[in-house]
Amino acid sequence: MKTLVWVEHDGAAVKDATLSAVTAAGEMGEVHLLVAGQGVDAVAQAAAQIAGVGKVHVADDAAYAHALAENVAPLVVELMGHHDAFVAPSTTNGKNIAPRVAALLDVSQISDILSVEGDGVFTRPIYAGNAIATVQSSDAKLVVTVRGTAFAKAAASGGAGVVEAVSAGGDQGLSSFVGSEIASSDRPELTSAKIIVSGGRALGSEDKFHELIDPLADKLGAGVGASRAAVDAGYAPNDYQVGQTGKIVAPEVYVAVGISGAIQHLAGMKDSKVIVAINKDADAPIFQVADIGLVGDLFTVVPELTAKL
Amino acid sequence: MKILVPVKRVIDYNVKPRVKADGTGVDLANVKMSMNPFDEIAVEEAIRLREKGAATEIVAVSIGVQKCQETLRTALAMGADRAILVLTEDVVEPLAVAKILKAIVDEEQPGLVILGKQAIDDDSNQTGQMLAALLGWGQGTFASKVEVAGDTVTVTREVDGGAETVNLKTPAIVTTDLRLNEPRYASLPNIMKAKSKPMATKAPADYGVNTTPRLTTSKVVEPAKRVAGITVPDVDTLVAKLKDMGVAA
Repeated sequence: MKTLVWVEHDGAAVKDATLSAVTAAGEMGEVHLLVAGQGVDAVAQAAAQIAGVGKVHVADDAAYAHALAENVAPLVVELMGHHDAFVAPSTTNGKNIAPRVAALLDVSQISDILSVEGDGVFTRPIYAGNAIATVQSSDAKLVVTVRGTAFAKAAASGGAGVVEAVSAGGDQGLSSFVGSEIASSDRPELTSAKIIVSGGRALGSEDKFHELIDPLADKLGAGVGASRAAVDAGYAPNDYQVGQTGKIVAPEVYVAVGISGAIQHLAGMKDSKVIVAINKDADAPIFQVADIGLVGDLFTVVPELTAKL
Repeated sequence: MKILVPVKRVIDYNVKPRVKADGTGVDLANVKMSMNPFDEIAVEEAIRLREKGAATEIVAVSIGVQKCQETLRTALAMGADRAILVLTEDVVEPLAVAKILKAIVDEEQPGLVILGKQAIDDDSNQTGQMLAALLGWGQGTFASKVEVAGDTVTVTREVDGGAETVNLKTPAIVTTDLRLNEPRYASLPNIMKAKSKPMATKAPADYGVNTTPRLTTSKVVEPAKRVAGITVPDVDTLVAKLKDMGVAA
């Protein structure tokens, strides 16, 4: 089986999510990549180095610069003429593009796979991760998105992919990119961080969030996350949100500070190796999944913890 | 401009789903069901666009069992003008839902279709994108802001690193993210009024759509349980534990 993997990149470097998708695709068959964008030579070269990669298809065109699904999907569909499966990481781009591709191919998509069980057979989480379904596709071609935390990352070097330019329909004229506000951060990216410190509503204000969470995260070299309550209250930006509707993370250590542990939040972090919870409510649901719990007032506990680390 | 809003009846988001012992699925007997939270946001956005004068009529659609009419009544009570129930006992996959919706769009000719970004039961996040593909329309997924001006709609989208804004030519598809708005509650008088709003009942066959699933679910299991954790009495013990794990130096 020949798979075509969507390469998630920021115009300069390949994102880690791609490496997990390559591992999943490798379990399905021969791995080809698609690098779409504008001025993406460097990305294509880097992609060709990923271990286990065969061909790297490069579509370099202004129409693909912002990964608009309307323009990218026809390109993918054309390439799917000689591939058996389209594999995309479950990033916002992957989730935006893959179903459009699936519908154009008239196939069902399998979202957010956790494992490859066999030919066209996958497991995936449903009901906010409270159940795991094994599904089999009867379609001629497969379209799947891959949960990054469920697959090891392929090595970023050691591969010898062959770069080949492709072109397709270009701008479909349905949509245009206006602008973006991408939050800049020196901290590790949430979805690939080894340690995450996450704050909830109990922090009470944006100032307290920064005052308490940031130094602890810095001490641990951790990424910073937040619950929906903290984001809705304006304590942290949207892209910090961990949960069913935000980012799905599975770091080595997840420190939940002032987070009660609603189903929707747990959906995004309960596969973390070690969960540490700090909450003053001993009955908070977070303690049911925590490996190490500390019942106490975060306003005294967190500064003390930061100081003693 | 007419707005079409598809809504789904799902398990209430506060209910912890239970996997059936025989591994065939999640037990939905006697479980509280509600409108999918993202769809409430979609209905609310459609109503706000009408209140701003950008929309004239709002049509709510639901596909599924007879009880989906309760979900549609909720949409009507919030402010939708009329409803279409596509009645089927089958489990309808996102692709088939998109095909039925396409047929309804062809009939109703809306300027905008607003859907939730995902249903909290199957967590697919596919239907809106698939419908956009089938119609050949632009798609503004994961919307946190929607502005309609003339024949374009400007959508601010929640993306991995922050936010992104796109312009779409209408007609277009929008899927809602949590931050788009705060859905209103239906008032009692509006719930009463909703009972007399028109609701058409159809079947997938009326739209010529085959709903036979392409995917077969062989089993549904509970995720692996976590080993019970420990509670530490103070920060010193926590620090010691973290050091044991090699997290802290």
